Amino acid sequence: MLIRKPSELDESDVTPYEIYQQRRKFLQSGLAVAGAALTGSLWLPPASAAISIAKVKPGPFSTDEEKTDRKDVLTYNNFYEFGVSKSDPSKTAHRMKTDPWSVEITGECEKPGTFTLEDILAPHALEERIYRLRCVEGWSMVIPWIGFPLADLIKRFAPTSKARYVEFETLYDRKQMPGQRRRILDWPYREGLRMDEAMHPLSLMAVGLYGKTLPNQNGAPLRLVVPWKYGFKSIKSIVKIHFRETQPTSSWMKAGPREYGFYSNVNPNVPHPRWSQKRERRIGEFRKRRTLMFNGYTEQVASLYTGMDLKKYF
Amino acid sequence: MIHHAKFREMQKRLLKPAVFLLCLLPLAVLVWQLLSDRLGANPIDAVADSTGEWTLRFLLITLAATPLKHLLGWGWTIRVRRMLGLFAFFYATLHLFTYLWLDQFFDWGEIWLDILDRPFITVGMLTFVLLLPLAATSNNAMVRRLGRNWKRLHRFAYVIPLLGVVHFWWLVKADVREPLVYGVLLAVLLLLRVRRKTFTSRVAGESCAS
Repeated sequence: MLIRKPSELDESDVTPYEIYQQRRKFLQSGLAVAGAALTGSLWLPPASAAISIAKVKPGPFSTDEEKTDRKDVLTYNNFYEFGVSKSDPSKTAHRMKTDPWSVEITGECEKPGTFTLEDILAPHALEERIYRLRCVEGWSMVIPWIGFPLADLIKRFAPTSKARYVEFETLYDRKQMPGQRRRILDWPYREGLRMDEAMHPLSLMAVGLYGKTLPNQNGAPLRLVVPWKYGFKSIKSIVKIHFRETQPTSSWMKAGPREYGFYSNVNPNVPHPRWSQKRERRIGEFRKRRTLMFNGYTEQVASLYTGMDLKKYF
Repeated sequence: MIHHAKFREMQKRLLKPAVFLLCLLPLAVLVWQLLSDRLGANPIDAVADSTGEWTLRFLLITLAATPLKHLLGWGWTIRVRRMLGLFAFFYATLHLFTYLWLDQFFDWGEIWLDILDRPFITVGMLTFVLLLPLAATSNNAMVRRLGRNWKRLHRFAYVIPLLGVVHFWWLVKADVREPLVYGVLLAVLLLLRVRRKTFTSRVAGESCAS
């Protein structure tokens, strides 16, 4: 039996131009028109039938290391909402409906509310950033993300002085996310950042990768990318952003408080209780390589943690 | 009738080669998947997982030989039991070498630290170390030489899969369903033995009384 996997789509599978034209033309006019108050809607196709994003400028902080194969980025995913095996999400994530999509902004801010994805994206210029991604399991990738600084998004909601942390939530819907039928984690998936971490210029809100909109298995339509932390901090398919005074408890902290801390900065000197974090296997490479402090972003982020015992605040 | 006897004879002769080839099938599939790039983005991890799981499966299949004989009257399972056990050892060796070579690249210092610091590695190593004497004493000469002690030594066959399940359990991040399945199967296989033991001793007791 021949089942075509949605992940194996390539250029020729991209939505035909005519169909694309029938939709309102947010993308056509360029998702990346800076500051323009666009009212059109961004059509996000089902599954990983990603469509090209026009007008993306190269952003800062990109690495010139060899990028991980697009096929590997699309088929080797930890996204437990779609199954615990890494090959599951690319097979089941097509069930998630990403259009329409809305994001709820709550908590300690002056402009809370529920916003459509189009509202969220409209004022931001998109840029490409090639980041390293280090999974807590000991493998890594280099991924060309498309997105905009998280800080720019946060500023729009005018967080108050009480907002010391930002909490994010993934979609919770058992019909769309078959993996949620089992309580492997305390759904919905939650993650959080300290405010200064969230406002750091490296923190990215991603909407695409490899020149196209995010495939569902990679966290469509909107995900976080925090490259100096283990991959699970980079929460996918975000539906809620909550500003709060106290430190949030992430899903992984609940699942294993001894194993997963709030910070979860990439740190070769602090082992996971069950395995070493000294080395990693870059997907596509044979030999392992040394894991770098803060995943190689020490120069940018070390100052966030001066005076902190990173063994205690792991 | 002669034909029937001949057929039985042939069956008997073909049993071991057939089982032998069948036991190599998982390895053949794995090699084929590896060479045809079907193991996904992280083939080395996939090889480690597969060889580990086949070790556990063969340990359980070996343990199933005796209950199958008692429950279904299949004598042939006992005739291939030793081969099945040796295949468990074979896949365990492949699993260990995957770790030593493709995971640690023979960095003995790191490997030693792993054994000391990582409980799941400690248990995995212990499992392999316990398998060694069983594999080494599996030939007929050793069975004769060790006599009663052979049976005592080979009782480790009950402990080894248990350690294997623990090894798997401690490795998984959040979803323990898979190691749980192996654990339940193992529990069933062990319980069948306990039940049979109590049952046969009761029958023996009754016949004595009468």
